[in-house]
Amino acid sequence: MDNRNEEEILGKAYDARLMKRLLQYAMPYKKYIVLAILLNIFVAALGPLRPYLTQIAVDKDIAKGNYHGLMIISIALFGLLILQAVVQYFLTYYTQYLGQRIILDLRSKLFKHTQMLSLKFFDKTPIGRTVTRVTNDVESLNELFSSGIIMVFSDVFIILWILGFMFYMDIKLSLVTLSVLPVLIYGTFLFRKKVRETYRDVRLYLARLNSYMQEHITGMNVVHIFRKEKDELNTFSTINNDYRIANIKSIFYYAVFYPTVELLSSIAVGLIVWYGGGEILHSTLSIGVLFAFIQYTEMFFRPIRDLSEKYNIMQTAMASSERIFQLLDDDSFIKNNENAEKLKKVNGEIEFKNVTFAYNEGDTVLKNISFKINPGETVAFVGHTGAGKTSIISLLTRFYDINKGEILFDGRNISDIDKRDLRKYISIVLQDVFLFSGTIKSNINMGSSHITDEKILEAAELVGADRFIQNLPNKYDEVVKERGATLSVGQKQLISFARALAFDPAVLILDEATSSIDTETEQLIQTAIQKLLAGRTAIVIAHRLSTIQNADKIIVLHKGEIKETGNHQELLAKKGIYFKLYQLQFKDQEITKEFVNQKTES
Amino acid sequence: MKNLLTLKKYFVRYKNKLFAGILFILISNIGSVYVPIILKDAINDLQKAKSLDISVFRNYALLIVVTSLISGIFRYLIRQTIIVVSREIEYDLRQDFWKHIQLLPMRYFQNNSTGNIMAHATNDINAVRQFIGPAVMYSIDTGIRLVIVVGIMVSLNLSLTVYSLLPLPFLSYAVYRVGKLIHEKYVQIQEKFSELTTRAQENYSGIRVIKSYVREDYEIKQFSALSLEYLKKNMSLIKIQSLIMPILFIITGLSIIIVIWVGGINVINKTMDLGEITAFIIYLGILIWPMIAFGWVMNIIQLAEAGMKRLNKIFNEKYEVSDTDVTDFDIKDIEGTIEFKNVSFKYGENLPDILDNINLKIEKGSTVALMGYTGAGKTSFVNLIPRLYDVTGGEVLIDGNNIKSIPLDVLRTQVGLVQQESFLFSDTIVNNISYGLREVKKDKVVAVSKIANFDKDIMEFPAGYDTIVGERGITFSGGQKQRASLARALAIEPKILILDDSFSAVDTNTEEEILKNLKTYMKDRTSIIISHRISTVKDADKIIVLANGKIAEEGTHNELVQLGGIYADLHYRQLLEKELDELN
Repeated sequence: MDNRNEEEILGKAYDARLMKRLLQYAMPYKKYIVLAILLNIFVAALGPLRPYLTQIAVDKDIAKGNYHGLMIISIALFGLLILQAVVQYFLTYYTQYLGQRIILDLRSKLFKHTQMLSLKFFDKTPIGRTVTRVTNDVESLNELFSSGIIMVFSDVFIILWILGFMFYMDIKLSLVTLSVLPVLIYGTFLFRKKVRETYRDVRLYLARLNSYMQEHITGMNVVHIFRKEKDELNTFSTINNDYRIANIKSIFYYAVFYPTVELLSSIAVGLIVWYGGGEILHSTLSIGVLFAFIQYTEMFFRPIRDLSEKYNIMQTAMASSERIFQLLDDDSFIKNNENAEKLKKVNGEIEFKNVTFAYNEGDTVLKNISFKINPGETVAFVGHTGAGKTSIISLLTRFYDINKGEILFDGRNISDIDKRDLRKYISIVLQDVFLFSGTIKSNINMGSSHITDEKILEAAELVGADRFIQNLPNKYDEVVKERGATLSVGQKQLISFARALAFDPAVLILDEATSSIDTETEQLIQTAIQKLLAGRTAIVIAHRLSTIQNADKIIVLHKGEIKETGNHQELLAKKGIYFKLYQLQFKDQEITKEFVNQKTES
Repeated sequence: MKNLLTLKKYFVRYKNKLFAGILFILISNIGSVYVPIILKDAINDLQKAKSLDISVFRNYALLIVVTSLISGIFRYLIRQTIIVVSREIEYDLRQDFWKHIQLLPMRYFQNNSTGNIMAHATNDINAVRQFIGPAVMYSIDTGIRLVIVVGIMVSLNLSLTVYSLLPLPFLSYAVYRVGKLIHEKYVQIQEKFSELTTRAQENYSGIRVIKSYVREDYEIKQFSALSLEYLKKNMSLIKIQSLIMPILFIITGLSIIIVIWVGGINVINKTMDLGEITAFIIYLGILIWPMIAFGWVMNIIQLAEAGMKRLNKIFNEKYEVSDTDVTDFDIKDIEGTIEFKNVSFKYGENLPDILDNINLKIEKGSTVALMGYTGAGKTSFVNLIPRLYDVTGGEVLIDGNNIKSIPLDVLRTQVGLVQQESFLFSDTIVNNISYGLREVKKDKVVAVSKIANFDKDIMEFPAGYDTIVGERGITFSGGQKQRASLARALAIEPKILILDDSFSAVDTNTEEEILKNLKTYMKDRTSIIISHRISTVKDADKIIVLANGKIAEEGTHNELVQLGGIYADLHYRQLLEKELDELN
């Protein structure tokens, strides 16, 4: 709903600054566009040429009894018709194609831009909004490029050609006929304006109607609980009625406009008969010309109507491009330093030195954190919800930049390392497993061609995912639905482990899932974790007793600060925070397990 | 067409206007068909007598203008009758649709997504509207015009009529075929577009994973590839769409060329005159639009039929929960004793039992707490009381009456249910809280807001009680929403108050205050409280622990702690948590 409201706000129809930027996207196709416009000018002449040829047929052939000439003109007319149809077909196809191409470029560029944006951007921007930018907003520019810009030339030139032929045949009669033209143009634009206004109402009430329905379908239980069906029906009637009235109002303008256009064209015909009749009596005009003019009066209306519609296209396009450019101008990237280095050989040593961090200013999440992890060590972070565990791992891969202190990777400040390189050597397994729609395989190799099928298989076998994958109908090519909807929580976990292992990172960061799963999978996962951690530096946000007990070092975070450090036994002996957490989390795991077991037994 | 027959009752409702509309169509067509005849005479006069006075042509001109003025006035009236009626019927149809939707049981909303229902309310109704308005108008208009024009053309020259009309049926057919193809392609494009949207959505949702594995370039490539597919789908539509204008040119142009050629030969042979040719050309112009409309209308009818079929399916959905012949309308009030007798419940035929043979009596004025793990059946249990769902086995009694015999109006206005997921309407706070009341009572709203510990928050909003909730106003926090919906339920002064985990987003201190405030309010009311927090339930008269759809434990706080089961576990855990929170 939010987006729709935003879309409702339409501003001016032309903004030179926006237009200039938009046209830049058309520049690569400059030559083709010029060619299209030239072709348009040419094809615009073909229509108005026909009445001219009929005039010749009437005056030169029919009047003089020339069968042969009549046939030739008829064939010429037909040839012209075919030519017009063919050129028109390819021209329409071609201009639309150009528009589509420009749109494709813009969409790709915009998407590419969003991929570079930092997580801070995604934290504060609703996903729906960004999606709308790359889909709907880009889409509404389509019309501008495909039918807007080029078709304006076509319409203008059709009118010019008609005028040209008319004046060539008879200047005075042209002036007489065209006397209705100002009224027609004024009327058409007035009609557009009025219709636009009523349509604004129609759209407003329709949006209101839709958002009412949307809201009340979502909250239907509340309507039922409070027995408000009757009252709500009344409210609905009011909105429905507003919508009806707005629609009926817009019918009025159509009802006036179309007959008026017909009347104007009849007046033009009447004028031609009256004035032209007199001229013919004085033999200063031929019947064929009169004949052609009557046909021209019918030809004016379409291009004028088309031109008046361009206003809407422009208005929507301006509003959309404004929003698109706003997104393109957002450059909240995590930038590489100028002298950022590539990583060659990696040991996997990590050090935090007095690190302080806040997502939003003043709201400090980590306070003065210092610790060191030697290559090959496993360090477990434990702490209550909100202690700052997740923040630590986000900082290490530079999803966010820290406020104070420094983070060192192999002794080098991470802001001096190419961030893509950094992320290549550090793999993160998130608690909330995210699977993409695709196949099992594409979820393990993440579309990377470097990772061979053997490697995938090896990784999956090692973490124990291979067994269930082999049981799927299509094995590794089994389709994964959006968010992995068809797989169990445990299976998704195992796939994400296989994913991390396949990339064979020097440092592994693991955010263990808290969710309890059936005992069998639980055991699988525990074994997998051991395999995952072996032989590399590992940071674990631990929820599992086994992981913690095997860690070289345990760091207890509490409210953004390091409170205790040591191994399992040492910390238990302290009877401090760790001791309490242990009782709460790990005892509870065992209790739950017992409870689950009891249930399955009974 | 059989589904569209459902619309008959609406057409009958507006029959006078519709008949008037048809009459207007007839008159206006006679007028517009007369213009070419005048023109024909004028041109023939021009040829024959060079001795005529100029005033003859002035008269012709005037006649042309007057005739088209009359025809135009009736054309205006056609739209004001038939098209207006189509909007009236659309209104009626939507009204009936909503009236029906509102009475459908919660089960229906469980099984059908909001988006799905919305699609029916917008797309299907619109497809039907297109049929009622433009399609009906154009078919009648086209039919009448076709008969008159062809009649006149035949009277002028039979063979020329046949020759010149020959290409036109192809126009109808082409429009029909192309229109159908366009619709098909359009549906495919929409599908691709939603694929594109889904892809973007998925990408942004998983952006963390993508960045972790440095897969941005791959994602960009994938997205560009999909965009290219989308482009191709669009082009396949354009390929067909671009045909429309050329087809139109060729077929109409061909007709006109035939008239000029064949007619021209006739004129040379003196079997026809130039005026008639002019008339023919204008008549062809008049016939082009009806021919296009004909093919177009065929498509509209097909789409409308499909839309109506889906709408009829909704109209045939049963209400399930409603007053029936077992309803005893003498019951005007309830006291508040609730009894579950062998109650079983499941959400569908082949789905497992959520509640399994529950027996429980809740005395009038007492407070009962429900606990249990997620999925234990707590919410299903309380939803049965205001009959959001009906039991699938056993019975629920209130004051000894089966709740099916209590009129829904009485039952639901006496049961205040505060749901787990609080839903507020985008309206002012005062309107939201007095939602269940007949009229807005400010003092009552303030009173219940104080009980719900919400008054203080409200006073901090810029517009106080008149602050608008939701996207267009202030977005409430989870806790604020819960307190607002608590106040909303309190305002109706129910005999039975049910709180379904309604404090989950409220902090413990505030919750304690609310519970203290509620004590006096609940004194003579039956209350059922669902919660995960021991602190919320410990003072209840009776605590029920549900597990797997059955009552697992039952008793007071002390009894259950003694028992050492699920309840005792939770108790122990929460004590520890509290200790941790207090650490610094």
